[in-house]
Parts: sequence; C-alpha cells; structure tokens
Amino acid sequence: MALEPVKIILRGKEHEVRPGMVLSHALEKIGVNSESVLATRNGELIPEDEILNPGDVIKLVAVISGGSCR
Amino acid sequence: MKCRKCGGRGVINLRHHKLVLCKEDFLEWMPEQVQRAIEKYHMFTPQERVLVAVSGGKDSLSLWDILTRLGYHTDGLYIGLGIDGGVNYSEESLRLTEQFAQARGLQLHTIKVAEKYGLTVPEIAQRTHHGLTKPCSVCGRIKRHIMNRSAREGGYDVLVTGHNLDDEAAVLFGNTLNWAAGYLVRQGPVLEANIPGVVRKVKPLCRIYEREMTAYALLSGIEYIYDECPFAVGATSIYYKELLNRLEADHPGAKLNFYLTFLKAKKAGLFSAVADQGRQNLHPCPTCGQPTSVDGECAFCSMIEKVTPKKGE
Repeated sequence: MALEPVKIILRGKEHEVRPGMVLSHALEKIGVNSESVLATRNGELIPEDEILNPGDVIKLVAVISGGSCR
Repeated sequence: MKCRKCGGRGVINLRHHKLVLCKEDFLEWMPEQVQRAIEKYHMFTPQERVLVAVSGGKDSLSLWDILTRLGYHTDGLYIGLGIDGGVNYSEESLRLTEQFAQARGLQLHTIKVAEKYGLTVPEIAQRTHHGLTKPCSVCGRIKRHIMNRSAREGGYDVLVTGHNLDDEAAVLFGNTLNWAAGYLVRQGPVLEANIPGVVRKVKPLCRIYEREMTAYALLSGIEYIYDECPFAVGATSIYYKELLNRLEADHPGAKLNFYLTFLKAKKAGLFSAVADQGRQNLHPCPTCGQPTSVDGECAFCSMIEKVTPKKGE
C-alpha cells in the first residue's frame, strides 16, 4: 500500500513529496531555498534535518519581506 | 539536531554560527545578540528615551519586544500610510501593532498620513507623479520625515528601526552594483545626529538574519502582518535578498561577512566622506527645519505644498 504523501504549503500553493525524506531534501525537490523559509508542522517549528512522516502537512513561512516599509 | 546549549530538541539551525538551538535557548540568545550590537555600536543606553518605528511586521514588533525584555525605555511610532491593496494592509498593520502594544502596556504614537496631510501615501504619489505605479520612493520620504519629526518633537534621544541583516545586505548589494558612493558612505548601524534637525537613528537588528527574526516572532507568539505591502511585489530589494540567500545557502555566513567586512572597510577609511556630496551643503528647510541640500524648501515640504489642496480650490 502506498504511503500517504507529505503536503508542503507555501503562500497557498501546495506541493507533494514522498514521506521519509528529510525536510532540506524536500525543499530542494520543490525548488524552495531553505534560507528563505521556515517550516512548521502542527504549528511547531522544525529544523532542516527533520524526517517527514506520511500525511505530514508542512507549512512554510516566507521570511523575506521587502520594500522600504520598516 | 540537538540544542548545543541544553541538548534538548533543536528547532533552528543557525548555520552561519554553527549553532543549533531549542526554542527556549533561542529566545534567550536573540536578546543577547541585540544587546551586543547595541553596545558594540554605542547605540543607546538604558537611561535614554527610545522611539521604535513599528510597522506591524515581524522585525519591528520583535525588536520592540526584545528591547522591552532588555529593560529599555521605549515607545512606539506607527505611521498609517493609507495603503489598502485589497487586503486592508494599513488598517490590519495598525490593528496588530495596537494589539501588541496593549498586551504589553506600551505607549504607541499613531500618525495617519491622510489625517495629517489630507491624502494617503498612494494619493500623494499619484498627485506628484512620482511613482504612478509604485509609491515606494514617496512613501520612504514621507516616513523618514515623520519619524524624524516625531522623535524630535517627542524629545526622544534616539529613533530605532527594525532593519535586519538581510535588509542591510540587500541595500549594500544594490549600492555596490551601482557604485553609489554617497549611499555607501552613509550606510551603517548608526546615523549620527551630527546635523541640526536630525535625530540619531540606529538599527539594533543589523547583524540578525531575517530568518532569525521570523523565528523569533513565531516562537514568541507575536502576531504580525504576514502579507507583503502590496506595492513591494517585484521590488528590487526582494530580488537582491533572494540572490543573497542563494549565496548564503552555498556559503553559510556570506551575508554577514559581506556586511561586516563592509563596515570594517568603512572604518578603515576605504570610503571617503567627500563622496557623500548630498551631505556637504545641508541647510535647514525654512518650513520644517529638517536639513536639506536643495535650495528653498526640502523635498518633503515642497511635495506636500504641491499636493495639498489650496484654499478656494
């Protein structure tokens, strides 16, 4: 039986990767620079070497803000 | 990954520092880093009155939180720009800023551009024909004027902004690409009040990565405006940040090194003050008293004069 994929969401856009990967490889696979995001699972921050489990929903928080609005 | 300090579950890997930290140790580590920058660059003392420019974003709210935790006497300044962009951007930013200040019992000054000058920032930009599509340069001019004026009139010793390392590295990158010598001379963690009418401005987050600031906001439970300013979409500064992040991914510490070696070079005299011609012939604006290099009124006052409806119009 196929394992449930991992869902990765960034700014409303969903990507799917296979479970068992570490987060950094998953980000590489979907073309996201790990320097530009933070990843959360169930509201908790997770580091790049975290192994992704079947059915995980990973929400990415973009860290870059811009313009001169500081 | 385990926390280097306590051996607990690491939540963030600070590759440029070769440091993994758990939530609790990261939230302790961040104020220590900010305090180190404040001391290293002689930004301000616990006795001084500090005005923090807050936008409702992660950097300024987290900075205000950290300065409060460190025991500094801070008030906040929020400037209502009147930007909607389909997401009620300014009103939502104000709501989050007010919520933050109220929860901590902090004093917040709010200045709405439309109430003070009769028009919102996008409207002023349209009327002046500067930035018909993007009002960013007009917005920057207005904010600088109001921040300086508010700090002066409120008797604050120093104005603090939430510019982080990524902001500083992106500006430095842009100025280097263009060899903008005047801007390079001026860039730094502290802008001294060595000209009449100017308040001291400092950037305590100048050595903190934007990623760390985001982590601080998330781990502290600070609710901030996540939506980007609608006019910032496609901004060059964002493009530069993305480029620098690609460099950082391959060479951890590249951004920090770029900025710190620049400061070192500047201190060693690599950039001549002569290059900053805009600062050579400054005189007080006859209307607002803030320094200007142009003849007559400063750029802000002449812009407001131009767009404000005259009596009988």
